Amino acid sequence: MSDAAPAPPVPTDAEREELRRHGILLTSMEELYNWGRSHSVWPLQFGLACCAIEMIAASMARFDIARFGSEVFRPSPRQADLLIVSGTVTKKMAPAVVRLWNQMPEPKYCIAMGACAISGGPFKQGYNVLKGIDRFVPVDIYIPGCPPRPEALLHGLMQLQEKIRGQSISGPDAPRHLQAGTTCDYPVPQFGEHDLVPTKNPAVWQPPVLVRKEGA
Amino acid sequence: MSVSEIAPLTPSAGPTVRSVRDELHGDLLEVSMGPHHPSTHGVFRMVATLDGETVTRLKPVFGYLHRNHEKIGENTSYLSSMPYTDRLDYLCSMTNNWAYALAVERLSGQAVPERAEYLRVILAELTRLLNHTCLAGFLLQDSGASGTPLMYAFREREKILDLFESLSGSRMMCNFQRFGGCRTDATPAWLGAAASLADGYGRFLDEFEALLTGNEILMARTQGVGRLPAALAVSAGVTGPVLRASGVDYDLRKVDGYGVYPRFAFRVPLGAHGDVYDRYMVRVLEMRESIRILQEALRGIPGGPVMDPKAKIRGFRAKPGEVYSRIEGPKGEIGFYLISEGGPNPYRYRVRPPSLINLTILEDLCLGHTIADTVVILGSIDIVLGEVDR
Amino acid sequence: METAEQIRDRLLARFPGAPVAVVANPGPGAQHSLLLGASHAADLARFLRDDPGLRLDFCSNVTGVDWLDREIAEAAKPAAPDPAGAPAMEAGPKAARIQPGYLEVVYHLYSMALKHGPVVLRLRTGNRSDQVTVPSLTPVWRSCEFQEREVFDLFGVTFAGHPDLRRILMWDEFKDHPMRKDYSEPDDYEWEPTPHGEVLPKARRHYPAAPAATAAKEGPAP
Repeated sequence: MSDAAPAPPVPTDAEREELRRHGILLTSMEELYNWGRSHSVWPLQFGLACCAIEMIAASMARFDIARFGSEVFRPSPRQADLLIVSGTVTKKMAPAVVRLWNQMPEPKYCIAMGACAISGGPFKQGYNVLKGIDRFVPVDIYIPGCPPRPEALLHGLMQLQEKIRGQSISGPDAPRHLQAGTTCDYPVPQFGEHDLVPTKNPAVWQPPVLVRKEGA
Repeated sequence: MSVSEIAPLTPSAGPTVRSVRDELHGDLLEVSMGPHHPSTHGVFRMVATLDGETVTRLKPVFGYLHRNHEKIGENTSYLSSMPYTDRLDYLCSMTNNWAYALAVERLSGQAVPERAEYLRVILAELTRLLNHTCLAGFLLQDSGASGTPLMYAFREREKILDLFESLSGSRMMCNFQRFGGCRTDATPAWLGAAASLADGYGRFLDEFEALLTGNEILMARTQGVGRLPAALAVSAGVTGPVLRASGVDYDLRKVDGYGVYPRFAFRVPLGAHGDVYDRYMVRVLEMRESIRILQEALRGIPGGPVMDPKAKIRGFRAKPGEVYSRIEGPKGEIGFYLISEGGPNPYRYRVRPPSLINLTILEDLCLGHTIADTVVILGSIDIVLGEVDR
Repeated sequence: METAEQIRDRLLARFPGAPVAVVANPGPGAQHSLLLGASHAADLARFLRDDPGLRLDFCSNVTGVDWLDREIAEAAKPAAPDPAGAPAMEAGPKAARIQPGYLEVVYHLYSMALKHGPVVLRLRTGNRSDQVTVPSLTPVWRSCEFQEREVFDLFGVTFAGHPDLRRILMWDEFKDHPMRKDYSEPDDYEWEPTPHGEVLPKARRHYPAAPAATAAKEGPAP
């Protein structure tokens, strides 16, 4: 696709370094916007189970999540950017999780921390266990482990920061709140007689379709 | 002192002054605290009916972490349930493991070597230190001292977790005990590190207590709050430090004398009032007794194997029968009830969760107090939802 | 502490005609239990709690157990042994008897005053379908309150006399009793990379068969 006007010249890194030495910072709106967003991701104080203790340990003195900008864990979802689902999501808890997700304002991100939040984990064969929070909530980063070490959580947070920095202000890569027509109201599941109703959110998660091998 | 204890103003001659509380009786307000709440120690919900700020009714609702641990226990073999016991009370995995291993050993009549018994005591007392330290930190965090006591508590917790990690491979989910002993042996270097931790812990406790025990805000918020009478505690099946803070002398390490506990000289601290402050102090004093037990055990640990050489790990089948066995975990009496039909899996696998049964009296303790006191009372009961809901 | 037989004898002396039996427990644990009938259970429990020799004031654990219908094959009586020493002949076919299933509630009692225990009580329901009521022991020991609610929630045993009998772990609209042995959990699709064992038939229901499964395919399956 050809643009109507020629693209503006992009300064090289050497030129930027030269300018920086003179006290002039040259950046783009997009970089500045993403730099601000990625380095002050405020998580919601939301711990479900064992992984929550490792999350608390990550915010304590030895591992110190505050270095990454996530100093304040907000108690209220209205003030939080990041939902770290740490621990098993049970079917009884799932409506509350989705309601909290709905109450968080955009731009918001979700990290599924631990095997239980990713897929149900060791408790997968359960009548009350939701097999992964990504059935209802769009997850950005998955951190495996049972429980993942606090360093793993910090690594996941760094990956999330990279992902935020890679988002553009306009175009298809833009985050959800800058795209027209996205809904921020995810349907909340209700308690049915035997299971949740619905068991998953089809807009967010579709079961993978695999074809059996011959003779399987 | 809580609001409900303030006497209403008596009317005087002259312009009548009446208590505002006597005049304003509005509707009762039902507030649902949780399941997402910064201070409820997990996914726990309290439906409190309030008259102004005073609690008139409080119903706990849980099940938000019900992961059908008991059903999994029926469908898995005995040994495969051991990692699941880590995840019951996820702060204290070593004592959960021991309780389960003890139950299976009693079911099948296995003997445990002496070194393994000493090692189990060492790990259990380290877990008790860890749990009580974190509880003090969380209690203070919930009362509003946000940050500092919890940071100190977690700094010490990290040191204990370093020991657990070098011994068992994992910080939290240790999966360390086996039927007939422990999984691996502790090296002399590890025992030396544990001894220096135990020696240094007394100084940390002095520092911690200097911050907290005489603190007037803590005393004002916790003394007289949530009094638990001894008769109610016994009837409600409350165990652990909550029971002993009400003055009932019942510590399973002394009563049942399981493991090698009868060899150690330690005292059992008892409280006089049964309020939140007493529960906090009982835990602090228990930590000091734990340090003594640790030092004694580390000095006296004998050599030898840590696993019964005749123990069968693979293909383990228990004899038909049933057993209920319990130990004194940091939160109270944790028990396992197993029914075996002789197969590889138990027929019925039941965990007796101390946190759930300690919650029986939550409503009794909170009635008449303000909503702010409920957070402090809940913090002092020390619940972990992995255990309550299993 | 007294044995189960001694306690039973004292209970029968105090409440003559009350249904009390000793259920032996094989294995090294040797925790024999007392089976109580529903009619006198609350009175017997109160006696156990208040008797000065027992003082069982602490109910530690309340468990529900689901026993399904069992087929008990009774061996037929053997014929008289042959004096010449030949092996005995089988005398007719074996008779199979079905012992109907029931739900059971097991209580473990200890004494905080006298520091002894455990004494194990058992209450059994009539069957697993319509006679599922047993008396509640919450008026005797407060610690049964939440645990009996859990047995009601997960097994479906109704406790007569419980102050607040409703579900405790599952949500209120839930209809099943999940810890029963014949409960099948809802199939809400779990993806397994290597399904095997009991999961394989469930996985097969969700994975469509390969499109060209012709009979002409030769050789072993890949």
